Amino acid sequence: MGFFWTIVVLVIALGISWRYLGSYMAAVFEGRVHFLAWAERPVYKALGTDPEQEQTWKRYAGSLVIFSAVSILITYVILRVQGHLFLNPQHQVSVGPALSWNTAASFVTNTNWQNYGGESTMSYFSQMGALTVQQFVSPAVGIAVAIALVRGFSRRKSATIGNFWVDITRCMLYILLPAAFLAGIIFVGQGAVQTLAGTVTVHDSLNGVTQTIPRGPVGFMEAIKQLGTNGGGFMNVNSAHPFENPTGFTNWLSIFLLLVIPFALTYTFGKMVGSIRHGAALLAAMVIIFGVWVGFSSYAEHQGNPAVAVAGIHQTTGNTEGKEVRFGDTSSALFGVSSTNTSTGSADASYDSFTPIGGFGLLTGMMLGEVTPGGTGSGLYTILIYAVIAVFIGGLMIGRTPEYLGKKIQAKEVKLAGLGALVMPMIVLILTAIAVSIHAGRAGPLNAGPHGFTEILYGLTSQGNNNGSAFGGLTGNTTFYNVVGGIDMLIGRFAIMIPALALAGSLAAKGVVPESLGTFRTDNGMFVGLVIGVIIIIGGLTFFPAISLGPIVEQLSHGKFF
Amino acid sequence: MDNTEMGGSPRGAATAVATNAPTEPTIAHGVAEARSLFDREILGQALGGSFKKFDPRVQIKNPVMFVVLIGSVITLIEAIKHPDTFNWSITIWLFLTVLFANFAEAMAEGRGKAQADTLRKMRSETEARKLGADGTEIKVAAAELVRGDLVVCEAGDLIPSDGEIVEGVASVDESAITGESAPVIRESGGDRSAVTGGTKVLSDRIVVRITAEPGHTFLDRMITLVEGANRQKTPNEIALTILLAVLTIVFLPVVVALQPFGVYAGATVSVVILVALLVCLIPTTIGALLSAIGIAGMDRLVQKNVLAMSGRAVEAAGDVQTLLLDKTGTITLGNRQASGFFPVDGHTEEEVADAAQLASLADETPEGRSIVVLAKERFGIRERELSVEHTFVPFTATTRMSGLDVDGRQIRKGAAESVKTWAAEQGGSAPPDLDETVDRIARAGSTPLVVAEGPVILGVIELKDVVKQGIQERFAEMRSMGIRTVMITGDNPLTAAAIAQEAGVDDYLAEATPETKMELIKAEQEGGKLVAMTGDGTNDAPALAQADVGVAMNTGTTAAKEAGNMVDLDSNPTKLIDVVEIGKQLLITRGSLTTFSIANDVAKYFAIIPALFVATYPQLNALNVMKLHSPESAVLSAVIFNALVIVALIPLALRGVKFRPTSSAAILRRNVWIYGVGGIIVPFIFIKLIDLVLTALHAY
Repeated sequence: MGFFWTIVVLVIALGISWRYLGSYMAAVFEGRVHFLAWAERPVYKALGTDPEQEQTWKRYAGSLVIFSAVSILITYVILRVQGHLFLNPQHQVSVGPALSWNTAASFVTNTNWQNYGGESTMSYFSQMGALTVQQFVSPAVGIAVAIALVRGFSRRKSATIGNFWVDITRCMLYILLPAAFLAGIIFVGQGAVQTLAGTVTVHDSLNGVTQTIPRGPVGFMEAIKQLGTNGGGFMNVNSAHPFENPTGFTNWLSIFLLLVIPFALTYTFGKMVGSIRHGAALLAAMVIIFGVWVGFSSYAEHQGNPAVAVAGIHQTTGNTEGKEVRFGDTSSALFGVSSTNTSTGSADASYDSFTPIGGFGLLTGMMLGEVTPGGTGSGLYTILIYAVIAVFIGGLMIGRTPEYLGKKIQAKEVKLAGLGALVMPMIVLILTAIAVSIHAGRAGPLNAGPHGFTEILYGLTSQGNNNGSAFGGLTGNTTFYNVVGGIDMLIGRFAIMIPALALAGSLAAKGVVPESLGTFRTDNGMFVGLVIGVIIIIGGLTFFPAISLGPIVEQLSHGKFF
Repeated sequence: MDNTEMGGSPRGAATAVATNAPTEPTIAHGVAEARSLFDREILGQALGGSFKKFDPRVQIKNPVMFVVLIGSVITLIEAIKHPDTFNWSITIWLFLTVLFANFAEAMAEGRGKAQADTLRKMRSETEARKLGADGTEIKVAAAELVRGDLVVCEAGDLIPSDGEIVEGVASVDESAITGESAPVIRESGGDRSAVTGGTKVLSDRIVVRITAEPGHTFLDRMITLVEGANRQKTPNEIALTILLAVLTIVFLPVVVALQPFGVYAGATVSVVILVALLVCLIPTTIGALLSAIGIAGMDRLVQKNVLAMSGRAVEAAGDVQTLLLDKTGTITLGNRQASGFFPVDGHTEEEVADAAQLASLADETPEGRSIVVLAKERFGIRERELSVEHTFVPFTATTRMSGLDVDGRQIRKGAAESVKTWAAEQGGSAPPDLDETVDRIARAGSTPLVVAEGPVILGVIELKDVVKQGIQERFAEMRSMGIRTVMITGDNPLTAAAIAQEAGVDDYLAEATPETKMELIKAEQEGGKLVAMTGDGTNDAPALAQADVGVAMNTGTTAAKEAGNMVDLDSNPTKLIDVVEIGKQLLITRGSLTTFSIANDVAKYFAIIPALFVATYPQLNALNVMKLHSPESAVLSAVIFNALVIVALIPLALRGVKFRPTSSAAILRRNVWIYGVGGIIVPFIFIKLIDLVLTALHAY
């Protein structure tokens, strides 16, 4: 299937699921589907929550923080003692404290940054009982926050924004588990391994070598890895491994799965606030930026490596270094952009080996705040934060106290949205500054000069944005990078979620200003342009100096920008 | 008609204050002496004031400029440590940036201060003639008067403080406050009993009960307001300040991190350049002009002779979605004019005109005069000398008719029912086509006056309420801005509907009482809408207080003025529309300059980033798209541009961004192009030009 048809089929499949999955998710969170009520009840009983009892934003955020803290603790403990636990046919030893901390923070924050090689570090129990469990619940937490913020817009004069426990339970039962089960079957059917037996040793008598091939419960983990925009693979080389990503179809399916929920949530938003156009406007902003980035990186990778060209070698296949030959240059670029623009972070190629400008596409995709379309839930609530800022500036320009969906955007909302928007660039830049300044940080990158700088910047940007994709080259499994990365991920996740929930609370409490001709339109092309402008300007202005010292200067060393 | 024959003088319409035609620009007068935007005197004072504002206690209120001030202190220290032309130039220009911001604010304040001084002169120690309990007069200083005191004012006296006339009637010259030179009549009782301290009694004697505590008179409030002494940040200004603070905070790590990034790359990064970069990136343009925009917005209202009690009210005006407009004086001229004679029962039009003219000869009301004029226009019926034997029958509330008895003829004109009854008493009967004619006129929104001579009913005069010229267009503009106009009238629903249609308002409230008005406001507000209204009577006070924007007419009662959050010194209800536009313009100016400020950053990056690292990475010169001469000239050009743009935009901040009432989409498109796209392009051009000048001067 050519690149063109890959895209066409992808667009059609995403379009259909945008409409139907989006509306189904709205029905789930509005409590309009009940067919699994028999499964819900015992969960609520076990959690000791009354599903009818709604929470204020503070209670909601409190539940979320407690839930996440407990999740980190459980994951940490399992990794620390995995050597003494069952389901460990390869006899993996227990994981050290720094790496356990980093990994626990990573999977709970939906980042899936991996400072380890899965097949050589983790027991099957850790993979399934600790990591895959978080791959299910962390996207549910993200979606819950997004839905809570949507309720802020859809409700009037309400003190509550929903019940956190109900939201994540329903998200798991009605959306993530069934979808991941279906996708898992396909992955396994296509050849992804799914076994609890240990490694297999194969003697290749023809070549006279003996290989030890790691296996494991890969197929179903793969499904939720992509669907929940997690990205943490079973194997070290992630989706470039034939057991994770056996065929061209699974490669396509991976891209589809990691985009499907983030895009469809914009429909859910439109449905819940009673204006599909509003959801479509956010979708348009996401799609436009995403499309430009795909075009940009695919073009860059298709051009081949400028360093190779300088050496006088004519390239006909694009930049194939570090790429799985099964997928090729453009398809790998599409996978890379999809993965970095969705906070998934899975990879079917080595991003370190992308051209500088192709890598620039991946890096800046994250720097825009993971909103195009971003992670499951996090993409929607973050773009809503940007939209609030766009509404504020745009609304002023027409001479009205700005409103978004009838909700007045005043000092409190600007403060919370501003906080949500500035946390990520601040934490990434400050930690990068620390990393390049101290010995422990400078020891990390493989390369010197601008490329080494990019490796550090990429690592901390990826963790700060809860993306988890690795540029490669950076030796992350050191105490310094494990600890700093963990902090980066937690701040990048919760310091945005909590303002988002506070914003939800503040908006839900407001009444609605009726729409008139004088209202600032937030469902047309002009608004899409403004939202894109705010995303690009905030991301661009904050990261331009850093980018210019990394990929830009590296690319310019080759004499031209393209 | 319900209870009046001719409606009498419209409630609350100022006796002597001319109602401006809506399209005619309001001429600035009174407090708002016409001063040019850059009056030399104000300019001088503002220059002095801008140095005083370097006080850190003043600066801290503006987070953006406070960062610039701290930055300039850092560069000053650097310049002292490493004195060279570049470090000193940057330091000086950073200080100038703060100075320009101070200057903008001082300029905006200067106009208000000048006006306040004029008003203060008026407050000069007046002697009051206080009335003792025993009726004797005691001379006391005006400042000693307290609420409840009674004072006497006679022709030539200045009224010492705000109060209400409890006795007498007088003509008062209020030009000191309103600028309107024609005197107004003030009398005890009713809605025109309020007098303002500082105005002058021209005739007669009145006794005034003081209603204001010393220091809290209308004049005092006016001085405080125009001076902006107690100016507090408005809600929207606070929200914008927060956004600007966010944009400032986020650039701190961006710039600070460049130091270690640079060191990692093997470059040495000059602290002065980093400070220069920070100042260029944070939104200094809007930060510098923000308070000036707010002050100037209030000032523009003063220029229109409207006093806003708070900036919050001005902002709310921009958000108004429903305008309640009194029919009389706002939508119609207020004087009904005769527009036709309609005979009944076979009589001719001329007969009706003749009788009507006779009946109106002694009638000096505008309506009466218009009948005489129409009769002359249509049929050449001249004013005639009445024979000696005539009696003028004046209008009374009980008879609801007026007329003339002359040469044995009894001619009457008046409300249909009254005239019918009167004719029946004379032995006549109502012609069959009378009711239909009367109804038709009433349905058309006009007032029918029936004319009868003795028992014979001749016909009907149509008195038309004349809708102001250009008001339809004005309402169409309002509609395109998404504002719903509601006409408030005491007329019956039939009449109201007809006038509403002619004027083009969206809705009307007929047979309005203060209670129904209040209900309407509450209903609109429950739907989340902001409501603006005008009012003048004491019974309007609760509604004025309830409305989000309540504009009290200066001719109105003290209660009304205290309930509203704005006072219109011209007492021209049409101005409500101007108030809304000024409110919008204020927000648009803020939004546009914020956009401009942020958009400017793009060019500044392209000037400074290559300059910062070109020594380490020569290839970064590719980003020097403006081809600036040298790293030093590039950084300095950006800083100079950043400072000068503040000065260049002061007139815009003070005047406000041009506002045309059209749809929000059109306004947005226009402003995004001018201030967004323009904001990206303009600095590229000017930074290049400044660089050329610096190069030509061989500065670098």
